[in-house]
Amino acid sequence: MNVSEIQTFEHDVLVIGAGGAGLCAAIEASAQGMDTAVVCKSLLGKAHTVMAEGGMAAAMGNVDARDNWKIHFRDTMRGGKFLNQWRMAELHAKLAPERVRELERWGAVFDRTKDGLIAQRNFGGHRYPRLAHVGDRTGLELIRTLQDHGVHQGITFHMECTALGLLKDGDRIAGACAYWRETGRFVIFRAKAVILATGGAGKAWRITSNSWEYTGDGFAMAYDAGAELMDMEFTQFHPTGMVWPPSVRGTLVTEGVRGEGGILKNSEGERFMFRYIPERFAPETADTIEEADRWPDDPNARRPPELLTRDVVARAILAEVKAGRGSPHGGAFLDIASRRPADYIKRKLPSMYHQFKELAELDITKEPMEVGPTMHYFMGGIRVDPDTEMTNVPGLFACGECAAGLHGANRLGGNSLSDLIVFGKLAGTGAAEYVRSLSSSPKADDEQITAIFRAATDILNRESGENPYLLHEELQDTMQELVGIVRTGEQLSEAIERIGVLKKRAQNLKAHGTSQYNPGWHEAISVHSLLTAADIVAHAALVREESRGAHTRLDFEGEREEWGKVNLVVRKGADGRPVVEKVERTPPPRYLEEIAYAKIEELESGKVGADAPDGV
Amino acid sequence: MGSERTFHIWRGDASGGEFKTYRVPVDQGMVVLDAILRVQATQANDLGVRWNCKAGKCGSCSMEINGKPRLACMTRLNTFGPDTEITVQPLKTFPLIKDLVTDVSWNYRQNERIPPFKIGEPGPDGQYRMYQEDVDRVQEFRKCIECFLCQDVCHVLRDRDRKDAFVGPRFMARLASLEMHPLDVEDRIPEIKAIFGSGMCNITRCCTEVCPEHIQITDNAIIPLKERVVDRYYDPLQRLVRAITGRKLRTRPRKLPMKS
Repeated sequence: MNVSEIQTFEHDVLVIGAGGAGLCAAIEASAQGMDTAVVCKSLLGKAHTVMAEGGMAAAMGNVDARDNWKIHFRDTMRGGKFLNQWRMAELHAKLAPERVRELERWGAVFDRTKDGLIAQRNFGGHRYPRLAHVGDRTGLELIRTLQDHGVHQGITFHMECTALGLLKDGDRIAGACAYWRETGRFVIFRAKAVILATGGAGKAWRITSNSWEYTGDGFAMAYDAGAELMDMEFTQFHPTGMVWPPSVRGTLVTEGVRGEGGILKNSEGERFMFRYIPERFAPETADTIEEADRWPDDPNARRPPELLTRDVVARAILAEVKAGRGSPHGGAFLDIASRRPADYIKRKLPSMYHQFKELAELDITKEPMEVGPTMHYFMGGIRVDPDTEMTNVPGLFACGECAAGLHGANRLGGNSLSDLIVFGKLAGTGAAEYVRSLSSSPKADDEQITAIFRAATDILNRESGENPYLLHEELQDTMQELVGIVRTGEQLSEAIERIGVLKKRAQNLKAHGTSQYNPGWHEAISVHSLLTAADIVAHAALVREESRGAHTRLDFEGEREEWGKVNLVVRKGADGRPVVEKVERTPPPRYLEEIAYAKIEELESGKVGADAPDGV
Repeated sequence: MGSERTFHIWRGDASGGEFKTYRVPVDQGMVVLDAILRVQATQANDLGVRWNCKAGKCGSCSMEINGKPRLACMTRLNTFGPDTEITVQPLKTFPLIKDLVTDVSWNYRQNERIPPFKIGEPGPDGQYRMYQEDVDRVQEFRKCIECFLCQDVCHVLRDRDRKDAFVGPRFMARLASLEMHPLDVEDRIPEIKAIFGSGMCNITRCCTEVCPEHIQITDNAIIPLKERVVDRYYDPLQRLVRAITGRKLRTRPRKLPMKS
C-alpha cells in the first residue's frame, strides 16, 4: 500500500459527525477562520439529531418569567444526581438561551407564544416550561437550520464518508483515515485538530431508539488513540419507546406527550407514578391526582409525577411490568387521548400521531399508547475540558452525546439539543484556539495509515468468516439481557466474558462482495466500535457499586455517599483491556454548590444564589 | 406469524443489474424496510440500501415499491394483499450507485444555490417577534424531511430530465419557506423565475401526492411563488403602483454559481 497514492485532504479542523454538535462545531471553527471539513457516515441532514422530538432546554423565561439559568442549572444537577461536571452544567445553563436565539437568527422557526416570542414547553425534571420546540419535530428544525446555514459558511462536507481511525504525531492528533461508502476507496484527512461529534452506541442493545449509525465510532476511535472516557456506566433508557408491533419496538415516543399532559397507567387503570416519587423530588412533586390535575394552570400546584426524571419513570414502568401490571405487550399505557382534545394533540404532537397511525394502526387521539423503556442515550463519553472540549489527547476534541460531563448520572429531556448547540460551538472555538497555538503542523507516519486501512481490507479479503450482522445481534442480546436498566455484578461479569468471546470472534468477520457501497463491510467495521463501547460500559458498571441515576445495581441499592465523590474514568490498558479508575471530583465554586443544593424557595426568593455571576 | 413473503429486489449498479427474488419470513407489523434489512442480514450482506431513523423522520429510505415512490420504513406489509409479491427498485430520477442507492447529490447542489435566509432588524426591545398564525405556513414547508420522493416523481425532472431548468418541488418548497418567512428580508423572485424555473411546473400535483409529510407543495408553495413572479413581471396594475410610488423591485436575476 503506497500512502502517497491515496486521496488526501488537508484541513485545519476536521469534524467527524454531522448531527447538531458537529455542525455547530464546524460553523464556529469556520467562523474563526479555520479551513474546516465535516465527514459524516450518512447524507447531510440525516444524523440522529433529526429524531429529537420534544425540544431544547434554555431558560429564556418566555413562558414563565420566573425561570433563569440558576434554576436550569439546579434542575440539571439534580437530574444528574450531582455527578455532572459543575462547570459544564453552569456553562450550559448560562449559554443555552443565546444559542437558541442564534438559531432563530439563522432561520429556525420555533413555535410561538401569544406575544410572538419563542414558545417553551414543560418537560421531565424541568421546573418551568423551558423547551423551545417545533411541535414534536424540533430535531429536524435544528439540523435543517444548521445545514442550510452551514452550507454557506465555506465548510467542506464529505458525505457518506466513514472514519476508520485517528492519526497522531507523537502525542498530538494529526488527522483521521476514512473511506467513501459509495466507492469503497480510502481517504486520508490530515488535520491539525479533530472534533468528534459521533453520538452514542445505542445499537449495542436490542431495544433502542437509535438508528444504525449509533455504533460508538467516536468512543472507539478516541479510546484507541489514548483518550479517556468517563461516566460510561450511565446509559439512559428512555421510559417511553413503542413496544408494539415487534418491528418498531424501541422507536421513541417523545416525552413531549407527558409534557403536554399525558399520563401513565398500568393494566389496572392506576396512575402508578404516584408510588414512585423519590425522596429528593417529593417536595416539588404532586402527591395526589387532584393536585397533579390542577397543574400547570394553578401556580401553586406541584408537578405531576409523570414528569419525574427519565431514570425514575423507566424503572417504575419496569417494576409495574414485573409485578404483573403491564400492558398486553409488556409496557405501560401512555394516555393523552382522555386528557387533551384531538385537534390539540394533532397540532402539538403531529409526528407521534402519524407514527402510531402508520406503524401501529392506533389513533392516539382516541386510545392510549403502549410504551416501555428503550435504550436511548449515553450520559458518559469522551472526557473533555469543560471550557475547551479538548480531551487528554492534544488536538482531539469531543462534543455532543459522545462527550461526557454535562449530564452526570442521568440526562434531563431537552438538555441534549441544548448540549449540542452550546458545546458544539465551544468545541469549535476550542479547536480554533488550539490550531492557532501550534507552531508546527503535525504529520502522521505511514505505518499508522497502512495499519488502519489494512484492518479494513482484511474483512473483505479473507476467504471466509463470520457474518457481521449475526454477531452484532448476539452483542445486542447480551447487552439487553445483562446490561439493562437494572444490573447485578454477576450479570455484568458475565457480560464482560461474553463480550470478550465476541471480540475474539470479531477478528474473523467476513464481508462478501466488493468494496462499493457495501453495508456488510460497513457493519463489520462498526462491530469493532460497538464491542469496544459495550465492553467499556460493562467494565464501568461493574466497578460502580451503588445505584444512581440511570445506573441501577440490584446488589447495591441506593446512592452511596462515597460514590458521589468520584467519576469513573476508563482508558485502554497496555493489554488492550479497559482500565477503570476512580477520579475525585473537583469541588465547585461556592455559589454553584449553594444553588444546586438550595431549597427552591430559597433560590427563588434570592436568599441563595443572588451573588452568583451571570457571565461565563 | 410464521408466514413468508416474496420480494423482488433490484440488484446491480450503473453497468447493469437485475431483480433478484428473496423469500422473507414475515412478522406482525413489519414494514418493507424490515424485510430488506432481513434480506441484508441473512441472505445478501452487501445489499445496498440507505436508511436511518426507521420512523419516517429522516427521509433516507426512499425507493419505488410496486411502482410507487415510498418510504420503505413507513410502508407496512399488511397494506398489500397477503400473497402479493413486492418489487423494490431504486428511485428512477437519479443516477444509480448500487442496488437501492442512488446519487442524490444534485439535490444538495440545488440547495447550495438558494440565497440563504437573511434576517431583518429586531424590534425596539431587541427581540424578534413572529406570530404563530404567520409562521404556520412556513412551518408546513419546514416539515420536509428531504426524502426527495417529490423530486423523483416530478415530470420535469423524471421524464423530461430538465434538471438544468427546474430545481424541483423540494426546492420550490424551500424557496417558499424563505420567501414567506416573516423575518426574512432577501428577495429571490427574479431567481425563482429565471434560474429556479417556477414556470416549468405544470401543476400536475404528483409531488404533493407522494409527500410523506403531506405538505401541500403545489398549492401552498409552487402556485404562490408562480403568483409572486407574475405580480412582479406581468401585472400592469402593480407596475403602475411601482411607477407612482417609485418603489423599485429587482427584476434581473443575480448570477448564482453552480458548485460542483
